[in-house]
Amino acid sequence: MITEPQVTGYLSEHYAEDAYRTLAGYEAKGGFAGLRKALRMEPDEVTETVKSSGLRGRGGAGFGAGLKWSFMPRAAEPMKVIVCNADESEPGSFKDRLILERGVFQALEGILIGAWAMGARKTFIYVRGEYAHGADVLERAVDELRNNGYLGRSCFRKRGFHHEVVVHRGAGAYICGEETGLLESLEGKKGQPRNKPPFPAQYGAFGLPTTVNNVETFAHVPFILDRGVDWFRSFGTEKSPGTTLFGVSGHVEKPGLFEFPLGVPLADLLEHAGGVRGGRPLKGIMPGGMSMPILPPSDLDVPMADESLSERGSRLGTGGVMVMDNTTCMVRVACIIAHFFRDESCGQCTQCREGTGWIYRICRRLEEGRGVAADLELLDAVPKMMEGQTICGFADAAAWPIQGLMRHFHGDFEAHVRERKCPFPESFEL
Amino acid sequence: MTPDLRRKIQALFERYPQRRGALLAALALVQAEKGYVDAGQAREVAELFELQPVEVWEVLTFYNMFYTTPQGRHHVYVCTNLPCSLVGARNMLSGLEAHLGIRAGETTPDGRITLGREECLGSCGTAPMMRVDGRYHENLDLGAVLQIVDRLV
Repeated sequence: MITEPQVTGYLSEHYAEDAYRTLAGYEAKGGFAGLRKALRMEPDEVTETVKSSGLRGRGGAGFGAGLKWSFMPRAAEPMKVIVCNADESEPGSFKDRLILERGVFQALEGILIGAWAMGARKTFIYVRGEYAHGADVLERAVDELRNNGYLGRSCFRKRGFHHEVVVHRGAGAYICGEETGLLESLEGKKGQPRNKPPFPAQYGAFGLPTTVNNVETFAHVPFILDRGVDWFRSFGTEKSPGTTLFGVSGHVEKPGLFEFPLGVPLADLLEHAGGVRGGRPLKGIMPGGMSMPILPPSDLDVPMADESLSERGSRLGTGGVMVMDNTTCMVRVACIIAHFFRDESCGQCTQCREGTGWIYRICRRLEEGRGVAADLELLDAVPKMMEGQTICGFADAAAWPIQGLMRHFHGDFEAHVRERKCPFPESFEL
Repeated sequence: MTPDLRRKIQALFERYPQRRGALLAALALVQAEKGYVDAGQAREVAELFELQPVEVWEVLTFYNMFYTTPQGRHHVYVCTNLPCSLVGARNMLSGLEAHLGIRAGETTPDGRITLGREECLGSCGTAPMMRVDGRYHENLDLGAVLQIVDRLV
């Protein structure tokens, strides 16, 4: 059972209430007011509203949601499609799972608002295969919408507003969280990402104009329509408005989810999670899921927004914060990261397929005391050969965290070479 | 493939603009019969989807949740990604391996349990965790793991 957020905001305020997962319970708390307002507006006006709210995608890349919507062609034919990305698999991230299980109607309402704005007739919700429970909840919610006339022909008795939602279950592959890998997988193929351009708005799912947004991104949309752009912008920073669900895990006293406005200081998040376990000193924090570089304790003052984390050499990513205390061996951390990316590389680009294997083997021999000084140079060089060289961002995601570890914890790597063994006997086991 | 299963698969076609979109769901249905998909079944699926057998086989072998060889009656997967490892998942897995007498990736000789390691499953706030026959068990320690596993028949 997923745990409730320890700090709630507008998004997660009612997540603890069972009734919120029924259509009636959701509407009793103001649900579907946003869609009702949107349906009284012109579709382009809705897109403009989302654009001016500054809502950024919550799936990791942080691209402007309204801007993305505005890329969709205006013509009614061919059929336009929405894809909701619920393939959450970024290590350290578990917020979309909570939204599926506890706030499912928020995401569905956001999708319907998007459908009206973009003139989309069909939505595919791609749920990672392992989230079977979330997918079940979602299917029941979609059935409830359909039975109440919220889906199908003339949704909400609005003439000309036809929409259908299909829940699609994945089958276990991290790369399917990448939007074009997801589209390939949705078409019944291996989830190997596509070259861009063409972008999904021109050639997306099944070759149809498509917009892909993350579950949480959609969940914010009803609030923007219902309460207005100024209200939404009263949370967060100028460049990153709104709240988000930060996941805090690793060496903390009270791991879990915390809804805070974007820009909350990293130190505040850590404090709300009860601080480092046993009051130990902090060694490092990965602030945005496993794909984003680690930060040293001196960066605890950083505001948790993409623009401020970028200045410190990391990114917000999915807001999955992983905390490591002073017992942690950073070469072991590198081994786990490298193993993950080696396993999940889809294999189509040489730099990524080979580079992820190289990195893993180097980290492994360093950890086992078989590393030599030249390995440290290799560990510098290989990520550079991968970054920016491939079809999708996966190779960057595999390179960045290794570069971050090498930047801030070079001493750990050197010590493994010098002592010909792992010098951190108290570290977590590998 | 039974006529009933064939009908169930065909009913999925209309959900997608192109039939092939239903392939993952179809393979999940086929796999539910005996726990894996063999080459013969993959060929039958290919026929139904008007695909080459290799187009089905490459999909089957791309995704972690499909199996092309027999598996144990129960699937026990322990997450060993970073958030779980930081709080002891690998010690837990070692203890489980010793208890079952097999390594991750193997099946007990009586065919009762297939043990595996898994990458992040989105339980980072309730780590360590394992997935047993599709169900999540969270906030575990070795004692709790052994209790759950010993109940599997």
